[in-house]
Amino acid sequence: MSETAFEPEITAFVCQYCGDMAADSAGWNRISYPANVKIVRLPCTGKVDVHHILNAFEHGADGVYVVACPEGNCHHINGNLSAKRRVKYAQSLLDEVGVGGNRLEMFHVTAAQGDEFARIAAEMTERIRALGPSPVRRAMGK
Amino acid sequence: MIIAQRKPLEEIKEMVASYEKVLVLGCGTCVAVCFAGGEKEAKLLASELRMARQMEGKSTQIIEHTIQRQCEWEFIDPIKELVASVDAVVSTACGIGVQGMAERFEDKPIFPGVNTTFLGMPVQPGEFVERCQACGDCILDLTGGICPVARCAKSLMNGPCGGSQNGKCEVNPETPCAWQLIYDRLSKLGQLERLLDVMPAKNWSTSRDGGLRKIIREDLKL
Repeated sequence: MSETAFEPEITAFVCQYCGDMAADSAGWNRISYPANVKIVRLPCTGKVDVHHILNAFEHGADGVYVVACPEGNCHHINGNLSAKRRVKYAQSLLDEVGVGGNRLEMFHVTAAQGDEFARIAAEMTERIRALGPSPVRRAMGK
Repeated sequence: MIIAQRKPLEEIKEMVASYEKVLVLGCGTCVAVCFAGGEKEAKLLASELRMARQMEGKSTQIIEHTIQRQCEWEFIDPIKELVASVDAVVSTACGIGVQGMAERFEDKPIFPGVNTTFLGMPVQPGEFVERCQACGDCILDLTGGICPVARCAKSLMNGPCGGSQNGKCEVNPETPCAWQLIYDRLSKLGQLERLLDVMPAKNWSTSRDGGLRKIIREDLKL
């Protein structure tokens, strides 16, 4: 795999209320975002487990991010805050393993922010593209 | 319950570096409740090990499994075949579980995945605090239900000492002085007169000073 041909594989865990609706808003408004991002819809980002995040990296994701409702506006009261704490913990584990915690990020959007959803997807794609393939994926030879 | 903390990944990696197939064995009781070595934590550790070893070009045959307790033969015996199929085991149980496994599987290397830290309780989510030192001679009846053995840095029997400052311990300003807590509690209970009695020196032979402890209950034997 040459560096110039590298296209990041990115997994985005989104809640069905804000993150997923924002992705839909991007669609309604005909705003495109990088196809590198594969979306996993959850009832709430409070459902995001550290194991889900590590599992994505173990199976070849170059980057992972979580898109939740804005703080104070979670449909499940504080699921997004739980997700934020878990993302922070998962970042420490990824640093410990040597994958790098900077390949994981947490974002908050409202359902109407299709443009912001697209901007985040582009930002993460650029960040991971600059970092190169995940060391795990590189070792897998994919 | 027994409170433990996951060992650093680097330390665990080093332990199993020379083994091909490794089982990460979780324990579903105390260490699961304190989120150090239960089913989920065993999965996380196994995932971390697989990724770390993949990056080093080593075998990624790391499997995970969890049993309810690693401190009782009844729960250990059913995984004989699983243990026989691996080269080494990382047990995320407390030190009792690790030793239980090592005793049952004499020819199998069993490594600790956690540091067994203390006997305590979660006082709030994510915060675990020591409450007991298993001294073998409980005096909570005399101290308002607050243990000076575990909660006083000096395990004083007649406190507080001069290091009690504004209700806090001089060892750590965030730690309440156990004897201040005892005073406050006895005060609430209307039993302050208990503090007029001088407690005799504690007999530590029931604690670790007496060597390995053992209890035999004839009524429970088969």
